[in-house]
This record gives sequence, C-alpha cells and structure tokens, in this order.
Amino acid sequence: MSPVQETAEILSVQRAGDYYHFTVVAPGIAQHAKPGHFVAVGVGGENTSMILRRAFALYGATPSGQFAGTVQFVVAEHGAGTRWIVQRQAGESLDIVGPLGTPFPVPSGPSPAVLVGGGYGTAPLIPLAQQLLDAGSPVEILLGAATASRLFGELVAKRMVGAVTVLTDDGSAGQQGLVTDALPAAIERIKAEVVYACGPMGMLRAVGDIAREHAIHAQVAVEESMACGIGVCMTCVLPVRGDDGRTRFLRSCVDGPVFDAARIRWSDVGTLPPDLVGADAMGGH
Amino acid sequence: MADLTTQLGSLTLPNPVLTASGCSAAGRELGQFFDVSRLGAVVTKSIMTRPRSGRPTPRMAETPSGMLNSIGLQGPGIDSFIENDLAWLAEQGARTVVSIAGGHTDEYVALARKLSGHPAVSMIEVNISCPNVESRGQVFACDPIASSRVIGAVRRAADPAQPVFAKLSPDVTDLVFIARACADAGADGFSLINTLLGMVIDTDTMAPALGGITGGLSGPAIRPVAVRCVWQVKKALPHLPILGMGGIRSGLDALQFILAGASAVSVGTAVFGDPNAPVRVLDELDAALDERGFASLADAVGYAHRDPAERLSPASGRYPHPAAAEAAAQ
Repeated sequence: MSPVQETAEILSVQRAGDYYHFTVVAPGIAQHAKPGHFVAVGVGGENTSMILRRAFALYGATPSGQFAGTVQFVVAEHGAGTRWIVQRQAGESLDIVGPLGTPFPVPSGPSPAVLVGGGYGTAPLIPLAQQLLDAGSPVEILLGAATASRLFGELVAKRMVGAVTVLTDDGSAGQQGLVTDALPAAIERIKAEVVYACGPMGMLRAVGDIAREHAIHAQVAVEESMACGIGVCMTCVLPVRGDDGRTRFLRSCVDGPVFDAARIRWSDVGTLPPDLVGADAMGGH
Repeated sequence: MADLTTQLGSLTLPNPVLTASGCSAAGRELGQFFDVSRLGAVVTKSIMTRPRSGRPTPRMAETPSGMLNSIGLQGPGIDSFIENDLAWLAEQGARTVVSIAGGHTDEYVALARKLSGHPAVSMIEVNISCPNVESRGQVFACDPIASSRVIGAVRRAADPAQPVFAKLSPDVTDLVFIARACADAGADGFSLINTLLGMVIDTDTMAPALGGITGGLSGPAIRPVAVRCVWQVKKALPHLPILGMGGIRSGLDALQFILAGASAVSVGTAVFGDPNAPVRVLDELDAALDERGFASLADAVGYAHRDPAERLSPASGRYPHPAAAEAAAQ
C-alpha cells in the first residue's frame, strides 16, 4: 500500500455539532484505506501562505459505488487552515494525500473490545467498530466530550452497537464525567481483551493506565502536530519503547498514529529522556 | 526541450532539481510518490557519526509562508545510514548527495572518510550551518576561520572524485567573506542557503512554541533572502558552482535561483505540502526555460548578471519573456 495524492471533489459537507463531516471522491485513497489511516489535506489554495497540510483520521472509505471511491473525514475548526477547509462547498476540490499511517491492529479472531472516543476522535473508531463487528467481536463504545456539541458519532455508534455510553464534562449530554470514568466497568462487562481509543493525549494516557490495570492492551491513535504526514520531516515524534526495551523518538505519521499505549512514555512527551537512543549524542554541540 | 544537464564541480547531473537536506529524509518515503532517480540527485538529511535523538517536541511551528523547525538532526548515525539508506538509494539508481554534520572538525573528517570511495555517493554537502545545535548562533558557518578549517579538512579527507560543497547560513554579516574563506580552503562549490534562525511565541501558553525555543525558518518566506545570497556569491566567486535553495515551490521560483547564478536547486519545505513537488518543479522549470528560448540550462545559469543590452538583445537568441519571443516570431 502506497499513499497517493489526489484532487478530490467534495461530494458533501455536513455539519455535525461543532464539526464538519466531509465526503470526497478519492478512489486511489479509498481503495487501500483501513480504520486508523489518515489523510493530509492541502489548505488555502494555490498561492496560500499556509504551506503545510492538515491531517484528519478517516471516518470511512467506500472503495466503489455510485460516485467511484469516496472517503470521509471529520474536521474541527481551530485555526486559519481548518477554517479554510470548512468553508469549502460541495463541487469544489481538495488536494488530498492518503491513506497515511499505520492502521489499528485487529485480532485475528473474535475478541471483545471497548472503543473510547474523545470529541471528533470518535471518527476513526466507527469504521473500526464495523470491522470488529464483521469479525464477530462484541463491541462497546464510550463517547466523551467537553460538551454536547463536541460529541461526534453518537447516532451512528448506537445504530452499529447497542452498547454506547456517553459522557460529557458539563453533563450537557449523557452522564456527567470523563469518558474514562466508564471504562473499567465497560471492560469488565464484556470481558474486553483490547481497548481502542482516539482523542486528546490526556485521555489516551488514562485509557492506557486503565487497560494496564486490567492486564489488556490499549491501541491508541495519537494526534500529534505534523508538517508532512509522510515520514520525511521528523516533527511528529513521540518517545516510544521498542521490542528491545529501548526508547526512540518514533514518527507518529508513519510508525503511528496508532501505538500500543503501554509503549508510549507519556510523562516524557515534550522532554528528552536521557536514556533515549541517541540522547547521548545531543550534548556538547 | 532545453538540455537540462548541469555541472556541480566535477559532477555531471542529468537535470538541476534535487531534494533538500532535511526535507526528504533519505528519499525512501518520496519513492512512494515518484521515481527518485528522475531527480538530479537526492540530498539526504544531515548525517552524524552516531545515532542522534534530536530535540524534544514541539519541533514545528507554521509561520506565514514558511515554518520553523527544531528537529536537531535526529538520525541513525553514519553506519546505519550507509547500510540501509545509501544501499536503498543505490538500488533505485538515484544519484546521492550526502549531507554531513558534526560538532567538531574530526567528526566531519570521520564522516568524509566513511563515504570515500562509496559508489553511491556523488557529492558531499558539508552542513556547517544547522541552527539546531547546542551552540546556536555559533555555528561554524558564522566564523570564517572555523568554516575554513572544517571545509579544508573535509576536502583533504574526502574522495577526490566527490565534490565537497559548503552549506552556508544567511545569518551572517558578510556571506561573501565566509564563502571566500571556504573557497580558499578548497570548497568545490556552495549550497545556499540553510534556514534562518527564528522564534515563535505561543500567545496562549505565553511561552516559546518550540521545544528547542529557537528554530530554523524555511519556506517561501525566505526565498528573497536565498536568491540574494546566490546572487552575491555568484558575483564574488563566479568560477564556483552553487546549489541554490530556500522556499522553492514552483519552476519559476527555481528559475530565479538559476538566473541568479545557481547551477542546480534543492526543493525542500515544499515537499511537506506537496510530496510530488520536486518532479513538478523539474517539469515546470523545463517548460519555463523553453518559453524563454534557452537551448540549455547552462545558458541560463547566472543570466540575470548579464548587462541589460546583452540580456535583452534578440541576437542573443533568448528573450526576456515569452511575449517577446512570440512577437519576434511573427
């Protein structure tokens, strides 16, 4: 599977709470897309002063159909670049590169799983839930957000699996609390063997901690700031433990965005741990 | 179709468009988008003797028409680079310019020795100007004596068949002074320019946006500075070839560098926004040379330095822009 660059016509843009749900024609990307992959979208048009792409997890991919292959992704407006994207309309085109990254690893057979989405981090979990259900795995979904308008995918999640729990920080939808508050009970309820999560870093770290307490794996999709999305710029690195027990700065765009939560050294993010491979070469110059 | 062949010292390249050090890793990722052997050469990310972690995150901040980076030369070290990256590039049939970096002269020399005689290495670019090292602002390329010492030592240690180019920083009072010192030490040419030292403060956290506090500014924002540097060095040292870089996003951007005196160009930060940028720039540059009536790239190198009468004369066989060429053809 190699990523491709496509000029993708926008089929539809739908508001979903505070978010925008895009469906675009991108057959080359759709053909090989898997849950956990992401796309990188150019912003601002030809002579823009915004030179970097914006990355979005794939919410869905339909390799063939009435409009040839399409992919879907969800955009939250939080800067000039994403503002430009959400102002696009059906019929216009976007410059998109994908599919990028390493998708969610899935068990070879049926395996009970809890999926935890924070805000629009739910987007990649919806196609993952479908993939797990198709393999016969029992699935529970926990959705959380600061407030009701920042929830994503509640209806589609409820259509797919009966067991959906919603939590908001302010109690404006579902129960009041953090999404991770509901995780231990969900794991125990379905005797989960794996947890999948996508959302803010604090949430992912908490998911990892809870999974470890239950002696199961957590596969989490991170959202790191990145310049290229294809592995050449080295800006999106995280300190991740390897099979050899040594920690390296790994690129979230190609080695991730999905990592085993237990491998990420969360408390060292944003620092240079002295035992990191190559940290000893940083001194002196 | 203009003849795109170009010379960087003793090295002949089929065309003048290369990747830029630090912007294309070792070419493998871009190989998913196009055949890297189509380029004049792949310029690899600066390699050091040992594996190096680079700096803590955040390492990037987007700025108007540019970006700041503070990667800090993360890399696998020379042995792994030769075994994996260089081997892959050789398999692709790609010409390779290896960028080397070090903390002291001995380290540069060790790197040049390791690369000596390696058939996949076409040229060495000596990065004496990375702003993301501990002694920022005190990089070799800010000091003519330090620059000259490193370049001289690398030139003596390197394979005579591999041209040695000095990659210089624009963050100096007199670039020509530094370039002259490198030339006197034996540099076969120059790579102009490295990033400019810059800084962004996050107004939400009210702290520096980068983990490394300062970073290197790249992208179209620095292009006029880069073109100026190429112009000045070409004028002062016309016999030495220049590999030009800094914010090249289109064929016309590349042509500016060529006209200013660069014999070849590197496409760097543009790759982050468009992974196909190097081959697109090559095609656009080819068309732009044709439109201006240049039979060969070599004829265009430094053309902007010619005096106006010569430059504008139809007898030169070239024209200032396509409209003039059309008018002449009628």
